[in-house]
Amino acid sequence: MALTDALKEEFTELASHYPKRQAALIPALHRCQEDLGGWLSPEIIESVAEWFELEPVEVFGVASFYPMFFLKPVGKHIVSVCRNISCDLRGSEELLERVCQVTGAKAGANSTDGDFYVEQVECQGGCANAPMMVLDGIYHEDLTPDKAEAILGSLKR
Amino acid sequence: MSHETYLFSRMDREDTHTLKGYEAQGGYQAFKKILSEGTSPTDVTGIVKDSGLRGRGGAGFPTGLKWSFMPDPTKDSRTRYMAVNADESEPGTCKDRILMERDPHGLLEGCMIAAWAMGLAGIYIYVRGEYRLSYARLDEAIQEARAAGLIGKNIMGSDFSCEVQMHKGAGAYICGEETGLMESLEGKRGHPRPKPPFPAGFGLWGQPTTVNNVESIFNVPFILERGSDWFKTMGTEKSPGNFLCGVSGHVEKPGVYEIALGTPASTILNEYAGGVWRGRELRAWIPGGSSTGFLRPEVIDTPMDHDSVKAVGSMFGTGAMIILDQTASVVRSALVLMNFYEHESCGQCSQCREGTEWLAQVFQRIHDGHGRMEDIDLLTDIANGMAPGKTICALADAAAIPTHSVIRNFRDELVEYVQEGGHAAVSKKRSLPLEVV
Ligand SMILES: Cc1cc2nc3c(=O)[nH]c(=O)nc-3n(C[C@H](O)[C@H](O)[C@H](O)COP(=O)(O)O)c2cc1C
Ligand code: SF4
Ligand code: FES
Repeated sequence: MALTDALKEEFTELASHYPKRQAALIPALHRCQEDLGGWLSPEIIESVAEWFELEPVEVFGVASFYPMFFLKPVGKHIVSVCRNISCDLRGSEELLERVCQVTGAKAGANSTDGDFYVEQVECQGGCANAPMMVLDGIYHEDLTPDKAEAILGSLKR
Repeated sequence: MSHETYLFSRMDREDTHTLKGYEAQGGYQAFKKILSEGTSPTDVTGIVKDSGLRGRGGAGFPTGLKWSFMPDPTKDSRTRYMAVNADESEPGTCKDRILMERDPHGLLEGCMIAAWAMGLAGIYIYVRGEYRLSYARLDEAIQEARAAGLIGKNIMGSDFSCEVQMHKGAGAYICGEETGLMESLEGKRGHPRPKPPFPAGFGLWGQPTTVNNVESIFNVPFILERGSDWFKTMGTEKSPGNFLCGVSGHVEKPGVYEIALGTPASTILNEYAGGVWRGRELRAWIPGGSSTGFLRPEVIDTPMDHDSVKAVGSMFGTGAMIILDQTASVVRSALVLMNFYEHESCGQCSQCREGTEWLAQVFQRIHDGHGRMEDIDLLTDIANGMAPGKTICALADAAAIPTHSVIRNFRDELVEYVQEGGHAAVSKKRSLPLEVV
Protein backbone atom coordinates (compact mmCIF):
# COMPACT_ATOMS: atom_id res chain seq x y z
CA MET A 1 0.00 0.00 0.00
CA ALA A 2 1.48 3.30 -1.01
CA LEU A 3 1.78 6.27 1.30
CA THR A 4 -0.93 8.85 0.88
CA ASP A 5 -0.05 12.49 0.28
CA ALA A 6 -1.67 13.33 3.58
CA LEU A 7 0.66 10.94 5.38
CA LYS A 8 3.68 12.33 3.60
CA GLU A 9 2.67 15.80 4.67
CA GLU A 10 2.39 14.56 8.24
CA PHE A 11 5.84 13.03 8.00
CA THR A 12 7.25 16.36 6.88
CA GLU A 13 5.59 18.05 9.82
CA LEU A 14 6.86 15.40 12.25
CA ALA A 15 10.40 15.57 10.91
CA SER A 16 10.46 19.35 11.28
CA HIS A 17 10.70 18.91 15.06
CA TYR A 18 14.05 17.14 14.94
CA PRO A 19 17.51 18.07 13.68
CA LYS A 20 17.64 14.76 11.80
CA ARG A 21 14.81 13.32 9.77
CA GLN A 22 15.22 9.72 11.00
CA ALA A 23 13.99 10.73 14.46
CA ALA A 24 10.50 10.91 12.98
CA LEU A 25 10.66 7.27 11.86
CA ILE A 26 8.93 5.65 14.84
CA PRO A 27 6.13 8.25 15.04
CA ALA A 28 5.74 7.84 11.25
CA LEU A 29 5.49 4.06 11.51
CA HIS A 30 2.77 4.54 14.13
CA ARG A 31 0.81 6.71 11.71
CA CYS A 32 1.18 4.15 8.91
CA GLN A 33 0.00 1.32 11.11
CA GLU A 34 -3.00 3.39 12.21
CA ASP A 35 -4.04 4.48 8.73
CA LEU A 36 -2.92 1.69 6.43
CA GLY A 37 -4.58 -1.49 7.61
CA GLY A 38 -3.27 -2.08 11.13
CA TRP A 39 0.08 -3.63 10.26
CA LEU A 40 3.29 -2.76 8.48
CA SER A 41 3.44 -4.68 5.22
CA PRO A 42 6.69 -5.02 3.25
CA GLU A 43 5.28 -2.49 0.76
CA ILE A 44 4.65 0.06 3.51
CA ILE A 45 8.12 -0.51 4.93
CA GLU A 46 9.55 0.05 1.49
CA SER A 47 7.74 3.32 0.88
CA VAL A 48 8.57 4.59 4.36
CA ALA A 49 12.21 3.73 3.72
CA GLU A 50 12.08 5.65 0.47
CA TRP A 51 10.63 8.71 2.16
CA PHE A 52 13.26 8.59 4.92
CA GLU A 53 16.06 7.85 2.45
CA LEU A 54 16.93 4.68 4.33
CA GLU A 55 17.34 1.08 3.20
CA PRO A 56 14.16 -1.00 3.65
CA VAL A 57 16.15 -3.44 5.78
CA GLU A 58 17.02 -0.59 8.18
CA VAL A 59 13.38 0.34 8.58
CA PHE A 60 12.48 -3.30 8.98
CA GLY A 61 15.18 -3.62 11.65
CA VAL A 62 13.67 -0.74 13.59
CA ALA A 63 10.05 -1.84 13.17
CA SER A 64 10.82 -5.40 14.26
CA PHE A 65 12.49 -4.18 17.46
CA TYR A 66 9.32 -2.65 18.86
CA PRO A 67 6.45 -4.81 20.14
CA MET A 68 3.82 -2.24 19.16
CA PHE A 69 4.51 -2.71 15.45
CA PHE A 70 2.92 -5.65 13.69
CA LEU A 71 4.71 -7.16 10.74
CA LYS A 72 1.94 -9.52 9.81
CA PRO A 73 -1.81 -8.94 9.46
CA VAL A 74 -3.72 -8.81 12.70
CA GLY A 75 -7.41 -9.21 13.52
CA LYS A 76 -9.83 -6.32 13.45
CA HIS A 77 -9.61 -5.91 17.23
CA ILE A 78 -6.41 -6.24 19.20
CA VAL A 79 -6.58 -7.51 22.77
CA SER A 80 -3.37 -7.22 24.78
CA VAL A 81 -3.44 -8.92 28.17
CA CYS A 82 -0.71 -7.98 30.64
CA ARG A 83 1.20 -10.96 32.02
CA ASN A 84 3.66 -9.17 34.28
CA ILE A 85 4.04 -9.49 38.04
CA SER A 86 1.29 -7.26 39.46
CA CYS A 87 -1.29 -8.56 37.00
CA ASP A 88 -0.12 -12.15 37.48
CA LEU A 89 -0.64 -11.80 41.23
CA ARG A 90 -4.21 -10.66 40.64
CA GLY A 91 -5.31 -13.26 38.15
CA SER A 92 -4.12 -12.36 34.66
CA GLU A 93 -3.87 -16.06 33.82
CA GLU A 94 -7.59 -16.60 34.29
CA LEU A 95 -8.22 -13.34 32.47
CA LEU A 96 -6.22 -14.47 29.45
CA GLU A 97 -7.95 -17.83 29.46
CA ARG A 98 -11.35 -16.17 29.28
CA VAL A 99 -10.25 -13.68 26.64
CA CYS A 100 -9.07 -16.56 24.44
CA GLN A 101 -12.30 -18.43 25.05
CA VAL A 102 -14.54 -15.48 24.17
CA THR A 103 -12.57 -14.37 21.12
CA GLY A 104 -11.68 -17.81 19.82
CA ALA A 105 -8.08 -16.72 19.43
CA LYS A 106 -4.98 -18.25 20.99
CA ALA A 107 -2.45 -15.96 22.62
CA GLY A 108 -0.19 -14.60 19.90
CA ALA A 109 -2.63 -15.44 17.11
CA ASN A 110 -5.71 -14.26 15.26
CA SER A 111 -9.15 -15.77 15.70
CA THR A 112 -10.29 -17.86 12.74
CA ASP A 113 -12.98 -15.30 11.85
CA GLY A 114 -10.26 -12.63 11.76
CA ASP A 115 -12.12 -10.47 14.25
CA PHE A 116 -9.54 -10.66 17.02
CA TYR A 117 -5.84 -10.77 17.63
CA VAL A 118 -4.92 -11.74 21.20
CA GLU A 119 -1.47 -11.21 22.67
CA GLN A 120 0.24 -11.26 26.02
CA VAL A 121 2.19 -8.11 26.80
CA GLU A 122 4.57 -6.94 29.49
CA CYS A 123 3.71 -4.37 32.16
CA GLN A 124 1.53 -1.58 30.75
CA GLY A 125 1.77 0.77 33.73
CA GLY A 126 -1.63 -0.20 35.06
CA CYS A 127 -0.23 -2.27 37.93
CA ALA A 128 -2.26 -0.59 40.67
CA ASN A 129 -5.40 -1.52 38.72
CA ALA A 130 -4.46 -5.08 37.90
CA PRO A 131 -5.32 -7.22 36.12
CA MET A 132 -5.72 -5.27 32.94
CA MET A 133 -5.96 -5.51 29.19
CA VAL A 134 -5.69 -3.05 26.35
CA LEU A 135 -8.41 -3.29 23.70
CA ASP A 136 -7.69 -1.39 20.49
CA GLY A 137 -5.46 1.01 22.38
CA ILE A 138 -7.89 1.65 25.24
CA TYR A 139 -7.00 0.55 28.77
CA HIS A 140 -9.45 -1.65 30.67
CA GLU A 141 -8.37 -2.05 34.27
CA ASP A 142 -9.50 -3.71 37.51
CA LEU A 143 -10.78 -6.60 35.42
CA THR A 144 -12.30 -9.93 36.25
CA PRO A 145 -12.83 -12.61 33.59
CA ASP A 146 -16.56 -11.74 33.65
CA LYS A 147 -15.96 -8.04 33.14
CA ALA A 148 -13.61 -8.77 30.24
CA GLU A 149 -16.17 -11.09 28.70
CA ALA A 150 -18.82 -8.36 28.89
CA ILE A 151 -16.51 -5.82 27.26
CA LEU A 152 -15.54 -8.18 24.44
CA GLY A 153 -19.10 -9.42 24.06
CA SER A 154 -20.41 -5.93 23.41
CA LEU A 155 -17.92 -5.67 20.54
CA LYS A 156 -18.97 -8.90 18.92
CA ARG A 157 -22.57 -7.91 18.62
CA MET B 1 -0.84 9.43 58.36
CA SER B 2 -1.58 13.03 57.56
CA HIS B 3 1.36 14.87 56.08
CA GLU B 4 1.97 17.71 53.67
CA THR B 5 1.27 16.81 50.07
CA TYR B 6 2.10 18.80 46.97
CA LEU B 7 2.56 16.44 44.02
CA PHE B 8 -1.13 15.56 43.98
CA SER B 9 -2.29 18.95 45.30
CA ARG B 10 -3.97 20.02 42.06
CA MET B 11 -5.60 16.72 41.20
CA ASP B 12 -8.96 17.49 42.79
CA ARG B 13 -9.87 20.02 40.14
CA GLU B 14 -11.43 18.59 37.00
CA ASP B 15 -9.69 21.00 34.63
CA THR B 16 -6.15 20.88 36.03
CA HIS B 17 -4.92 19.46 32.74
CA THR B 18 -5.88 22.68 30.94
CA LEU B 19 -3.85 25.87 31.01
CA LYS B 20 -6.77 27.68 32.60
CA GLY B 21 -7.11 25.14 35.40
CA TYR B 22 -3.38 25.02 35.96
CA GLU B 23 -2.92 28.79 36.08
CA ALA B 24 -5.91 29.20 38.39
CA GLN B 25 -3.92 27.17 40.91
CA GLY B 26 -0.78 29.27 40.65
CA GLY B 27 0.66 27.45 37.66
CA TYR B 28 3.65 28.83 35.75
CA GLN B 29 4.33 31.39 38.50
CA ALA B 30 7.69 29.85 39.40
CA PHE B 31 8.86 29.87 35.79
CA LYS B 32 7.58 33.39 35.12
CA LYS B 33 9.30 34.69 38.24
CA ILE B 34 12.65 33.25 37.19
CA LEU B 35 12.32 34.83 33.76
CA SER B 36 11.09 38.22 34.93
CA GLU B 37 13.64 38.49 37.72
CA GLY B 38 16.37 37.11 35.53
CA THR B 39 17.47 34.54 38.14
CA SER B 40 20.72 33.18 36.77
CA PRO B 41 20.75 29.62 35.42
CA THR B 42 23.49 28.73 37.90
CA ASP B 43 21.31 29.95 40.76
CA VAL B 44 18.35 27.87 39.56
CA THR B 45 20.54 24.75 39.33
CA GLY B 46 21.93 25.70 42.74
CA ILE B 47 18.48 25.70 44.30
CA VAL B 48 17.63 22.29 42.82
CA LYS B 49 21.00 20.99 44.02
CA ASP B 50 20.50 22.42 47.48
CA SER B 51 17.03 20.87 47.74
CA GLY B 52 18.61 17.43 47.59
CA LEU B 53 16.02 16.20 45.07
CA ARG B 54 16.97 12.72 43.88
CA GLY B 55 15.88 11.26 40.55
CA ARG B 56 12.64 9.28 40.68
CA GLY B 57 13.43 7.14 37.62
CA GLY B 58 15.14 4.38 39.57
CA ALA B 59 18.74 5.27 40.31
CA GLY B 60 18.09 8.09 42.79
CA PHE B 61 20.82 10.29 41.35
CA PRO B 62 20.72 13.92 42.61
CA THR B 63 18.91 15.97 39.96
CA GLY B 64 20.70 19.30 40.49
CA LEU B 65 24.07 17.59 40.34
CA LYS B 66 23.11 15.92 37.07
CA TRP B 67 22.14 19.31 35.63
CA SER B 68 25.50 20.76 36.65
CA PHE B 69 27.27 18.13 34.52
CA MET B 70 26.07 19.91 31.38
CA PRO B 71 29.04 21.74 29.85
CA ASP B 72 29.38 25.46 30.46
CA PRO B 73 27.65 27.20 27.51
CA THR B 74 30.31 29.91 27.39
CA LYS B 75 32.92 27.25 26.68
CA ASP B 76 30.85 24.77 24.67
CA SER B 77 28.41 26.32 22.25
CA ARG B 78 26.79 23.10 21.04
CA THR B 79 22.99 22.76 21.00
CA ARG B 80 21.72 21.28 24.25
CA TYR B 81 18.79 18.98 24.86
CA MET B 82 16.80 17.32 27.56
CA ALA B 83 14.96 14.05 27.14
CA VAL B 84 12.20 13.53 29.67
CA ASN B 85 11.94 9.85 30.42
CA ALA B 86 8.24 9.01 30.26
CA ASP B 87 8.79 5.44 29.11
CA GLU B 88 7.60 4.10 32.48
CA SER B 89 7.92 0.39 31.93
CA GLU B 90 9.51 -1.00 35.09
CA PRO B 91 6.95 -3.59 36.23
CA GLY B 92 4.97 -2.32 39.22
CA THR B 93 5.53 1.32 38.28
CA CYS B 94 2.47 3.34 37.29
CA LYS B 95 2.97 6.86 38.62
CA ASP B 96 4.28 9.06 35.79
CA ARG B 97 1.15 8.25 33.85
CA ILE B 98 -1.01 9.94 36.50
CA LEU B 99 1.07 13.11 36.42
CA MET B 100 0.90 13.32 32.64
CA GLU B 101 -2.79 12.54 32.41
CA ARG B 102 -3.93 14.80 35.20
CA ASP B 103 -1.37 17.59 35.50
CA PRO B 104 0.62 17.83 32.25
CA HIS B 105 1.37 21.55 32.65
CA GLY B 106 3.12 20.76 35.93
CA LEU B 107 5.57 18.66 33.97
CA LEU B 108 5.91 21.34 31.28
CA GLU B 109 6.65 24.06 33.81
CA GLY B 110 9.38 21.85 35.27
CA CYS B 111 10.71 21.34 31.74
CA MET B 112 10.89 25.09 31.10
CA ILE B 113 12.70 25.73 34.38
CA ALA B 114 15.18 23.00 33.44
CA ALA B 115 15.48 24.59 29.99
CA TRP B 116 16.44 27.93 31.54
CA ALA B 117 18.85 26.35 34.02
CA MET B 118 20.68 24.29 31.39
CA GLY B 119 20.27 26.60 28.39
CA LEU B 120 18.36 23.98 26.43
CA ALA B 121 17.26 24.52 22.85
CA GLY B 122 14.94 21.56 22.78
CA ILE B 123 13.14 19.14 25.05
CA TYR B 124 11.77 15.80 23.94
CA ILE B 125 9.29 14.04 26.14
CA TYR B 126 9.61 10.34 25.33
CA VAL B 127 6.24 8.83 26.21
CA ARG B 128 5.73 5.08 26.03
CA GLY B 129 3.59 4.33 23.01
CA GLU B 130 0.76 2.73 24.96
CA TYR B 131 0.06 5.83 27.06
CA ARG B 132 -2.52 7.34 24.73
CA LEU B 133 -4.12 9.68 27.21
CA SER B 134 -0.76 10.92 28.51
CA TYR B 135 0.27 11.60 24.98
CA ALA B 136 -2.91 13.47 24.10
CA ARG B 137 -2.99 15.53 27.29
CA LEU B 138 0.65 16.53 26.99
CA ASP B 139 0.24 17.40 23.33
CA GLU B 140 -2.69 19.68 24.11
CA ALA B 141 -0.81 21.24 27.00
CA ILE B 142 2.19 21.96 24.79
CA GLN B 143 -0.01 23.67 22.23
CA GLU B 144 -1.70 25.78 24.89
CA ALA B 145 1.60 26.75 26.48
CA ARG B 146 3.08 27.61 23.11
CA ALA B 147 0.09 29.79 22.24
CA ALA B 148 0.49 31.55 25.59
CA GLY B 149 4.13 32.33 24.84
CA LEU B 150 5.49 29.98 27.51
CA ILE B 151 7.19 27.59 25.09
CA GLY B 152 8.88 28.26 21.77
CA LYS B 153 10.57 31.38 20.45
CA ASN B 154 11.21 34.44 22.64
CA ILE B 155 9.44 33.13 25.67
CA MET B 156 7.49 35.86 27.52
CA GLY B 157 9.05 38.42 25.22
CA SER B 158 12.59 37.56 26.34
CA ASP B 159 15.40 36.39 24.10
CA PHE B 160 15.15 32.92 25.61
CA SER B 161 13.78 30.23 23.29
CA CYS B 162 13.17 26.53 23.80
CA GLU B 163 10.98 24.04 21.93
CA VAL B 164 9.19 21.10 23.50
CA GLN B 165 8.17 18.09 21.48
CA MET B 166 6.25 14.98 22.38
CA HIS B 167 7.75 11.73 21.14
CA LYS B 168 5.86 8.48 21.02
CA GLY B 169 7.75 5.27 21.76
CA ALA B 170 6.63 1.85 20.63
CA GLY B 171 6.73 -0.34 23.69
CA ALA B 172 10.17 -1.64 24.61
CA TYR B 173 11.39 -1.70 28.22
CA ILE B 174 14.96 -1.05 27.21
CA CYS B 175 13.99 2.35 25.79
CA GLY B 176 13.57 3.47 29.40
CA GLU B 177 17.32 3.06 29.89
CA GLU B 178 18.68 6.53 29.20
CA THR B 179 20.96 5.72 26.28
CA GLY B 180 18.50 3.22 24.80
CA LEU B 181 15.97 6.03 24.98
CA MET B 182 18.23 8.36 23.04
CA GLU B 183 18.88 5.78 20.32
CA SER B 184 15.16 5.15 20.05
CA LEU B 185 14.44 8.87 19.88
CA GLU B 186 16.88 9.12 17.00
CA GLY B 187 14.73 6.60 15.15
CA LYS B 188 16.81 3.48 15.69
CA ARG B 189 16.55 0.22 17.60
CA GLY B 190 16.72 0.98 21.32
CA HIS B 191 20.21 -0.40 21.83
CA PRO B 192 21.90 1.18 24.85
CA ARG B 193 25.22 2.89 24.22
CA PRO B 194 28.38 2.10 26.14
CA LYS B 195 29.22 4.76 28.74
CA PRO B 196 31.39 6.82 28.74
CA PRO B 197 30.75 9.08 26.92
CA PHE B 198 27.93 10.18 29.20
CA PRO B 199 24.84 11.97 27.87
CA ALA B 200 25.95 15.36 29.22
CA GLY B 201 28.91 15.24 26.84
CA PHE B 202 27.53 13.13 24.02
CA GLY B 203 23.77 12.67 24.05
CA LEU B 204 21.04 13.14 21.48
CA TRP B 205 22.65 13.54 18.05
CA GLY B 206 25.99 13.77 19.85
CA GLN B 207 25.00 16.96 21.66
CA PRO B 208 24.99 17.63 25.43
CA THR B 209 21.84 16.02 26.84
CA THR B 210 20.25 15.46 30.24
CA VAL B 211 17.81 12.62 30.82
CA ASN B 212 15.38 12.98 33.71
CA ASN B 213 12.32 11.10 34.83
CA VAL B 214 8.85 12.71 34.70
CA GLU B 215 8.37 12.78 38.48
CA SER B 216 11.83 14.29 39.02
CA ILE B 217 11.04 17.21 36.72
CA PHE B 218 7.54 17.53 38.17
CA ASN B 219 9.08 18.31 41.57
CA VAL B 220 11.11 21.22 40.24
CA PRO B 221 8.48 24.03 40.08
CA PHE B 222 7.46 23.31 43.68
CA ILE B 223 11.08 23.59 44.81
CA LEU B 224 11.59 26.87 42.95
CA GLU B 225 8.35 28.32 44.22
CA ARG B 226 8.60 27.30 47.87
CA GLY B 227 12.35 27.04 48.29
CA SER B 228 14.80 24.26 48.98
CA ASP B 229 14.44 24.67 52.75
CA TRP B 230 10.74 23.93 52.49
CA PHE B 231 11.52 20.85 50.38
CA LYS B 232 13.91 19.56 53.00
CA THR B 233 11.26 19.68 55.70
CA MET B 234 9.77 16.57 54.09
CA GLY B 235 11.38 13.17 53.76
CA THR B 236 14.78 12.34 55.19
CA GLU B 237 18.05 14.23 55.21
CA LYS B 238 19.50 12.25 52.32
CA SER B 239 16.22 11.65 50.51
CA PRO B 240 14.09 14.75 50.92
CA GLY B 241 10.60 15.38 49.59
CA ASN B 242 7.61 13.20 48.80
CA PHE B 243 7.43 10.44 46.26
CA LEU B 244 4.67 8.71 44.37
CA CYS B 245 4.36 5.22 45.71
CA GLY B 246 2.54 2.72 43.54
CA VAL B 247 1.29 -0.19 45.62
CA SER B 248 0.18 -3.26 43.70
CA GLY B 249 -0.38 -6.96 44.17
CA HIS B 250 -2.14 -8.52 47.13
CA VAL B 251 -3.41 -5.45 48.98
CA GLU B 252 -6.92 -4.25 49.78
CA LYS B 253 -6.50 -0.86 48.13
CA PRO B 254 -3.93 -0.87 45.37
CA GLY B 255 -3.15 2.62 44.18
CA VAL B 256 -0.62 5.38 43.79
CA TYR B 257 -0.10 7.37 46.98
CA GLU B 258 1.90 10.50 47.73
CA ILE B 259 4.19 9.56 50.58
CA ALA B 260 7.00 11.33 52.43
CA LEU B 261 10.31 9.61 51.81
CA GLY B 262 11.34 7.69 54.90
CA THR B 263 7.83 6.51 55.72
CA PRO B 264 7.94 2.87 56.89
CA ALA B 265 6.82 0.41 54.24
CA SER B 266 4.47 -1.11 56.81
CA THR B 267 2.69 2.23 57.20
CA ILE B 268 2.25 2.49 53.45
CA LEU B 269 1.01 -1.08 53.25
CA ASN B 270 -1.38 -0.93 56.18
CA GLU B 271 -2.55 2.66 56.42
CA TYR B 272 -2.62 3.65 52.76
CA ALA B 273 -3.09 0.41 50.87
CA GLY B 274 -5.44 -1.14 53.40
CA GLY B 275 -3.13 -3.99 54.36
CA VAL B 276 -2.59 -7.40 52.83
CA TRP B 277 -5.86 -8.39 51.18
CA ARG B 278 -8.42 -10.83 52.56
CA GLY B 279 -6.90 -10.58 56.03
CA ARG B 280 -3.95 -12.69 54.99
CA GLU B 281 -0.33 -12.69 56.06
CA LEU B 282 2.54 -11.21 54.10
CA ARG B 283 4.88 -13.66 52.36
CA ALA B 284 7.15 -11.28 50.48
CA TRP B 285 7.39 -7.74 49.14
CA ILE B 286 9.32 -5.83 46.56
CA PRO B 287 10.17 -2.23 47.54
CA GLY B 288 10.79 -0.41 44.27
CA GLY B 289 9.79 -2.14 41.03
CA SER B 290 10.76 -5.43 39.43
CA SER B 291 14.50 -4.81 39.49
CA THR B 292 14.90 -4.30 43.21
CA GLY B 293 14.60 -7.75 44.73
CA PHE B 294 12.23 -9.64 47.02
CA LEU B 295 12.29 -8.92 50.74
CA ARG B 296 10.99 -10.87 53.72
CA PRO B 297 8.08 -9.76 55.92
CA GLU B 298 10.45 -9.30 58.88
CA VAL B 299 11.77 -6.09 57.29
CA ILE B 300 8.41 -4.55 56.35
CA ASP B 301 9.02 -1.74 58.84
CA THR B 302 11.92 -0.47 56.72
CA PRO B 303 11.63 3.25 55.97
CA MET B 304 11.06 3.85 52.26
CA ASP B 305 14.07 5.94 51.33
CA HIS B 306 17.21 5.17 49.34
CA ASP B 307 19.59 4.45 52.22
CA SER B 308 17.22 2.51 54.45
CA VAL B 309 16.07 0.14 51.71
CA LYS B 310 19.66 -0.37 50.64
CA ALA B 311 20.57 -1.25 54.22
CA VAL B 312 18.19 -4.23 54.16
CA GLY B 313 19.67 -5.50 50.94
CA SER B 314 17.37 -4.11 48.30
CA MET B 315 16.87 -0.82 46.46
CA PHE B 316 14.42 2.05 46.55
CA GLY B 317 14.22 1.97 42.75
CA THR B 318 11.02 3.56 41.45
CA GLY B 319 9.32 3.30 44.85
CA ALA B 320 6.75 0.87 43.44
CA MET B 321 5.86 -1.65 46.15
CA ILE B 322 4.62 -5.07 45.09
CA ILE B 323 2.99 -7.20 47.77
CA LEU B 324 2.75 -11.02 47.84
CA ASP B 325 0.38 -12.69 50.32
CA GLN B 326 0.95 -15.96 52.15
CA THR B 327 -0.59 -18.08 49.38
CA ALA B 328 1.60 -16.53 46.69
CA SER B 329 4.82 -17.90 45.35
CA VAL B 330 8.10 -16.05 45.13
CA VAL B 331 9.37 -18.66 42.68
CA ARG B 332 6.47 -18.02 40.36
CA SER B 333 6.83 -14.24 40.54
CA ALA B 334 10.56 -14.56 39.93
CA LEU B 335 9.81 -16.71 36.89
CA VAL B 336 7.41 -14.08 35.56
CA LEU B 337 10.15 -11.46 35.96
CA MET B 338 12.86 -13.58 34.36
CA ASN B 339 10.64 -14.24 31.35
CA PHE B 340 10.21 -10.48 31.17
CA TYR B 341 13.94 -9.72 31.29
CA GLU B 342 14.66 -12.43 28.73
CA HIS B 343 12.04 -10.89 26.46
CA GLU B 344 13.34 -7.33 26.95
CA SER B 345 17.09 -7.92 26.72
CA CYS B 346 18.24 -6.09 23.61
CA GLY B 347 20.75 -8.83 22.90
CA GLN B 348 23.92 -6.75 22.49
CA CYS B 349 25.78 -8.34 25.41
CA SER B 350 26.13 -12.12 25.54
CA GLN B 351 26.13 -12.11 29.37
CA CYS B 352 22.69 -10.51 29.37
CA ARG B 353 21.22 -12.18 26.30
CA GLU B 354 22.20 -15.67 27.41
CA GLY B 355 22.05 -15.02 31.14
CA THR B 356 18.43 -13.88 31.12
CA GLU B 357 17.47 -16.83 28.94
CA TRP B 358 19.24 -19.24 31.23
CA LEU B 359 17.77 -17.74 34.40
CA ALA B 360 14.30 -18.04 32.92
CA GLN B 361 14.93 -21.69 32.03
CA VAL B 362 16.20 -22.63 35.47
CA PHE B 363 13.35 -20.84 37.25
CA GLN B 364 10.96 -22.55 34.84
CA ARG B 365 12.17 -26.02 35.69
CA ILE B 366 12.14 -25.35 39.41
CA HIS B 367 8.61 -23.98 39.01
CA ASP B 368 7.53 -27.01 36.98
CA GLY B 369 8.89 -29.49 39.48
CA HIS B 370 11.96 -30.61 37.53
CA GLY B 371 14.43 -28.60 39.61
CA ARG B 372 17.47 -30.04 41.34
CA MET B 373 19.21 -28.81 44.47
CA GLU B 374 22.25 -27.83 42.36
CA ASP B 375 20.02 -25.42 40.46
CA ILE B 376 20.02 -23.06 43.42
CA ASP B 377 23.78 -22.58 43.18
CA LEU B 378 23.51 -22.52 39.42
CA LEU B 379 21.18 -19.50 39.68
CA THR B 380 23.81 -17.72 41.78
CA ASP B 381 26.54 -18.55 39.26
CA ILE B 382 24.51 -17.31 36.32
CA ALA B 383 23.59 -14.07 38.10
CA ASN B 384 27.23 -13.53 39.10
CA GLY B 385 28.26 -13.91 35.48
CA MET B 386 25.87 -11.14 34.44
CA ALA B 387 26.43 -8.33 36.90
CA PRO B 388 27.50 -5.95 38.32
CA GLY B 389 29.24 -3.87 35.72
CA LYS B 390 29.71 -6.64 33.16
CA THR B 391 27.41 -5.33 30.45
CA ILE B 392 26.61 -2.18 28.48
CA CYS B 393 23.59 -1.29 30.57
CA ALA B 394 21.96 -2.23 33.86
CA LEU B 395 19.26 -4.52 32.47
CA ALA B 396 21.51 -7.45 33.26
CA ASP B 397 21.74 -6.18 36.85
CA ALA B 398 17.98 -5.80 36.91
CA ALA B 399 17.65 -9.54 36.30
CA ALA B 400 20.54 -10.59 38.54
CA ILE B 401 19.42 -8.59 41.58
CA PRO B 402 16.00 -10.24 42.07
CA THR B 403 17.63 -13.62 41.45
CA HIS B 404 20.14 -13.08 44.23
CA SER B 405 17.36 -11.83 46.48
CA VAL B 406 15.33 -15.01 46.01
CA ILE B 407 18.31 -17.17 46.91
CA ARG B 408 19.27 -15.00 49.88
CA ASN B 409 15.81 -14.43 51.31
CA PHE B 410 13.70 -17.33 50.02
CA ARG B 411 16.07 -20.26 49.74
CA ASP B 412 13.56 -22.21 51.84
CA GLU B 413 10.99 -21.80 49.11
CA LEU B 414 13.38 -22.89 46.37
CA VAL B 415 14.18 -26.00 48.43
CA GLU B 416 10.47 -26.61 48.98
CA TYR B 417 9.84 -26.44 45.22
CA VAL B 418 12.62 -28.89 44.48
CA GLN B 419 11.58 -31.30 47.23
CA GLU B 420 7.82 -31.19 46.84
CA GLY B 421 7.69 -31.27 43.05
CA GLY B 422 7.05 -27.72 41.92
CA HIS B 423 4.31 -25.16 41.76
CA ALA B 424 1.24 -27.36 41.55
CA ALA B 425 2.17 -29.20 44.74
CA VAL B 426 3.35 -26.18 46.68
CA SER B 427 0.43 -23.95 45.80
CA LYS B 428 -2.03 -26.70 46.67
CA LYS B 429 -0.44 -26.93 50.10
CA ARG B 430 -0.64 -23.18 50.51
CA SER B 431 -4.17 -22.60 49.33
CA LEU B 432 -6.51 -21.55 52.09
CA PRO B 433 -9.93 -22.97 52.90
CA LEU B 434 -12.62 -21.01 51.10
CA GLU B 435 -14.13 -19.39 54.18
CA VAL B 436 -10.88 -17.47 54.72
CA VAL B 437 -11.36 -15.96 51.26
C1 LIG C 1 16.64 -1.36 31.89
C2 LIG C 1 16.33 0.01 32.42
C3 LIG C 1 15.07 0.55 32.27
C4 LIG C 1 14.76 1.83 32.73
N1 LIG C 1 13.49 2.31 32.58
C5 LIG C 1 13.22 3.57 33.02
C6 LIG C 1 11.91 4.13 32.83
O1 LIG C 1 11.01 3.49 32.27
N2 LIG C 1 11.69 5.40 33.28
C7 LIG C 1 12.67 6.14 33.89
O2 LIG C 1 12.43 7.28 34.25
N3 LIG C 1 13.89 5.63 34.09
C8 LIG C 1 14.19 4.37 33.66
N4 LIG C 1 15.47 3.88 33.84
C9 LIG C 1 16.49 4.76 34.46
C10 LIG C 1 17.13 5.69 33.41
O3 LIG C 1 18.22 5.04 32.81
C11 LIG C 1 17.63 6.99 34.04
O4 LIG C 1 18.45 6.67 35.12
C12 LIG C 1 16.55 7.91 34.52
O5 LIG C 1 15.60 8.17 33.52
C13 LIG C 1 17.15 9.21 34.97
O6 LIG C 1 16.17 10.08 35.49
P1 LIG C 1 16.22 10.61 36.98
O7 LIG C 1 17.65 10.94 37.29
O8 LIG C 1 15.35 11.78 36.96
O9 LIG C 1 15.72 9.51 37.83
C14 LIG C 1 15.77 2.59 33.38
C15 LIG C 1 17.04 2.03 33.55
C16 LIG C 1 17.33 0.76 33.08
C17 LIG C 1 18.71 0.21 33.29
S1 SF4 D 1 22.82 -5.39 29.32
FE1 SF4 D 1 21.23 -6.43 28.13
S2 SF4 D 1 19.76 -4.83 27.61
FE2 SF4 D 1 21.64 -3.78 28.28
S3 SF4 D 1 22.78 -3.42 26.40
FE3 SF4 D 1 23.50 -5.39 27.15
S4 SF4 D 1 22.15 -6.93 26.15
FE4 SF4 D 1 21.19 -4.92 25.91
S1 FES E 1 2.08 -5.59 35.78
FE1 FES E 1 0.32 -5.50 34.51
S2 FES E 1 0.14 -3.38 34.17
FE2 FES E 1 1.97 -3.49 35.35
